Amino acid sequence: MVAYFLRRIALTIPTFLALMFLTFAAIRLVPGDPVEVRTGEHGMSPERLAYFRHELGLDQPVWKQFLDYIWRLAHGDFGVSLSSQQKVVTEFLTLFPATLELSFFAMLFAIAIGVPAGALAAVKRGGFYDQALMTVSLFGYSMPIFWWGLLLIMFVSVRLGLLPVSGRIDLINYSFDQPTGFMTIDALLSDQPGAFLDALRHLILPAIVLGTVPLAVIARMTRSSMLEVLSEDYVRTARAKGLSPARVIGVHALRNALLPVVTVIGLSISGLMAGAVLTETIFSWPGVGHWLIDSIGRRDYPALQGGVLLISAVVVFVNLIVDLVYGVIDPRISHGR
Amino acid sequence: MKALTFAGVALTALLAGAGLASAKTLVYCSEGSPENFTPAINTTGTSFDAARPVYNRLTEFKRGTTDVVPGLAESWEVTDGGKTITFHLRKGVKFHSLKDFKPTRDFNADDVLFSFDRQWKEDNPYYKVSGGKYDYFNDMDMPKLLDSLEKTDDYTIVMKLKTPNVAILANLAMDFMAIGSKEYADFLLKKGTPEQFDQAPVGTGPFSFVSYQKDSVIRYKANKDFYGEKPLVDDLVFAITPDATARYAKLKAGECHVNAYPRPADLEEMEKDSTLKVINMPGLNVAYWAFNATKPPFDKKEVRQALSMAIDRDAIIKDVYLGAGSKATTLIPPTLWSFNDKIPDVPFDQEKAKAMLAAAGVKAPLDIDLWYMPVSRPYNPNGKRIGEMMQADLAKVGVNAKLITYEWGEYRKRLANGEQITGQYGWTGDNGDPDNFFFLRGCPGGKPGNSNPTKWCNAEFDELLEKARTLTNQADRAKLYSRMQEIEHDEAPELLLAHSIVFEAMRSNVTGYKQSPLGTIAFEGVDIQ
Repeated sequence: MVAYFLRRIALTIPTFLALMFLTFAAIRLVPGDPVEVRTGEHGMSPERLAYFRHELGLDQPVWKQFLDYIWRLAHGDFGVSLSSQQKVVTEFLTLFPATLELSFFAMLFAIAIGVPAGALAAVKRGGFYDQALMTVSLFGYSMPIFWWGLLLIMFVSVRLGLLPVSGRIDLINYSFDQPTGFMTIDALLSDQPGAFLDALRHLILPAIVLGTVPLAVIARMTRSSMLEVLSEDYVRTARAKGLSPARVIGVHALRNALLPVVTVIGLSISGLMAGAVLTETIFSWPGVGHWLIDSIGRRDYPALQGGVLLISAVVVFVNLIVDLVYGVIDPRISHGR
Repeated sequence: MKALTFAGVALTALLAGAGLASAKTLVYCSEGSPENFTPAINTTGTSFDAARPVYNRLTEFKRGTTDVVPGLAESWEVTDGGKTITFHLRKGVKFHSLKDFKPTRDFNADDVLFSFDRQWKEDNPYYKVSGGKYDYFNDMDMPKLLDSLEKTDDYTIVMKLKTPNVAILANLAMDFMAIGSKEYADFLLKKGTPEQFDQAPVGTGPFSFVSYQKDSVIRYKANKDFYGEKPLVDDLVFAITPDATARYAKLKAGECHVNAYPRPADLEEMEKDSTLKVINMPGLNVAYWAFNATKPPFDKKEVRQALSMAIDRDAIIKDVYLGAGSKATTLIPPTLWSFNDKIPDVPFDQEKAKAMLAAAGVKAPLDIDLWYMPVSRPYNPNGKRIGEMMQADLAKVGVNAKLITYEWGEYRKRLANGEQITGQYGWTGDNGDPDNFFFLRGCPGGKPGNSNPTKWCNAEFDELLEKARTLTNQADRAKLYSRMQEIEHDEAPELLLAHSIVFEAMRSNVTGYKQSPLGTIAFEGVDIQ
């Protein structure tokens, strides 16, 4: 198990190196550097332009900039955001809980509905429910997030007035410190009556929007995996032994069918991060996705490079966890090698 | 069943939400996060808007106008032919308090000196704090204008200028000249956290800063001690909402009272909604098509006039600005003082244009370069589309225009060097002073590397521009600017295309809001009914 764990960690190193190089190179291929992008019609004198380029080390050859960047990273220094002058790590840690909270609830929504729905479809294979679910999940999978989000806002929030349009909390009625950055937890800690429910209300629509694609994937995956498992000999044996259908499906079949589903969930995490960029923009959700988009516009090299690397670290870490969970669900994986 | 009932109850509770009573809170749905709260080191309107409630300046713009009125300076005298300005500071003005900072003294001359020195003097301990880029201070030529700044007592400041320029009074009302607390700065320096000065601002303005969460919310509290127009709400909240459609939805749902930058496409629907109101005003900007007056045949004013007549600007405003633009007749928008309303519009007359070109000895077809803006700017939403429409119009008068563009930084640089024959450009005004527009056509701007892409230099125009800087009386200055507009109209160094129209949307129960021709927002005197 430990050897497996170490091997998996070692495998992430080349991934990180490639990522560092790609983000470093990609942002520099975009025209306009951080100094120039600040300049409007006023222009900037060549002396001031040169001075600020020098301050940011942009007058150095690119290969030297890259080596400096790696050197600083090796010392745990992610740099300082050019626009806010805050440490990139500080900014990331301020914003990341919002993304994490949203992703958590989106995944919760996707799993809580996707797994039972998929299992049920497999059991009722070929029936109306099965067909309907597969059609709906196909829609869910191909739903453009932006359109889906706006549609829900317009209908549920504006037309029906049931849920708030955007943000994380009602800014007029509630105001409290955020020691953890997780609005639901901070709301509970705040002792302000109604704050927790309000935070949940704000989570519903964005979690649905972000969770829709993984929901569709999970439902389909659970269904096909269940179908396979249901035809296995041991399921037939379990039935023959006279176990109740609930026990056969819930314990014998579903547990085994979940194996590929867990993989899909792990893979969905990176998709969630991509989806979070759009979802956060639509719902004014103060997370890292929106922050990165802003950083591109401002050519904020340190924020972008550091942000991408930190998010990647999270994705890699989650995938690592998934692999380990996989090992727990299916002991053959960690023991077999 | 039990589980279902529970889920039902929970859902109802969730959907019902909470309706708590609270103090009067005004919510402004803003478009983005500020870089920080010190306008001197910022360049974006978003950052200026976030700091403005907190700060005051020596002079101020009267809300909803470009008139310069007393601020922290109660009065001033201009002497020495416009080279010396003596400011008399307001007494008894209190700075805001924060959790960890309580001011022990009132505002005085030291705060003014500190606020200038931070941007001006490299030996100021704050000069390098938070990156130390003072773009506006430099862009507005403050280091070139200022000779010295001294206090003669705690409430008197004497400013000496290198050259006479009364327009500096308008510069002082701009956001970058916000006056901060020296006591707070010293306190933070001692504490070893000077950058907090730019993150948790202390000012004298109508609202005091409470808290800021990046990309989420900025909170302010009404400053009951404020010396000027009193805030009428208890709390001010900026709900940061980057997506324009989401801002509109929030406004509709009553989650915000005032909405930044509505999308032109939503305006029609907004105007029909009785719970909302939309106001508009020409923006403090201008888009134009510059003719390079140093390159033949554009050295002849008849050629410039002729091509000006060849362009159908109404079509451009309708199709590209989608109605959010108004035809420009002079360099300055009509909201600025000294606007000359006698200047006629340039007619759209392609027959006359052809005749004038022939009379000027231009043989058809004439081949020219037409540079178009590579980026969208407040005054020019789509340079390429405008370029294509111009190209089609020009073809009809026998002019072959080749469309050319560069990356924005390169574009500006080459335009400033005068490499173009003709090119689109524009300007967003800073301080509402006509000088801030007309200097664009002064002879110094026409030198290679400087900001006048027409490279046109007219002796009379230039002389009037210089003279206006020495006059203290606004009416006297207006006369000179009025004449300069006539010269410019006649000489046609450019075809003035449009001023954008700035829209603002709010709930119809918001009262007292005044749109500013400077494009800034202010919430003192604003109430919710």
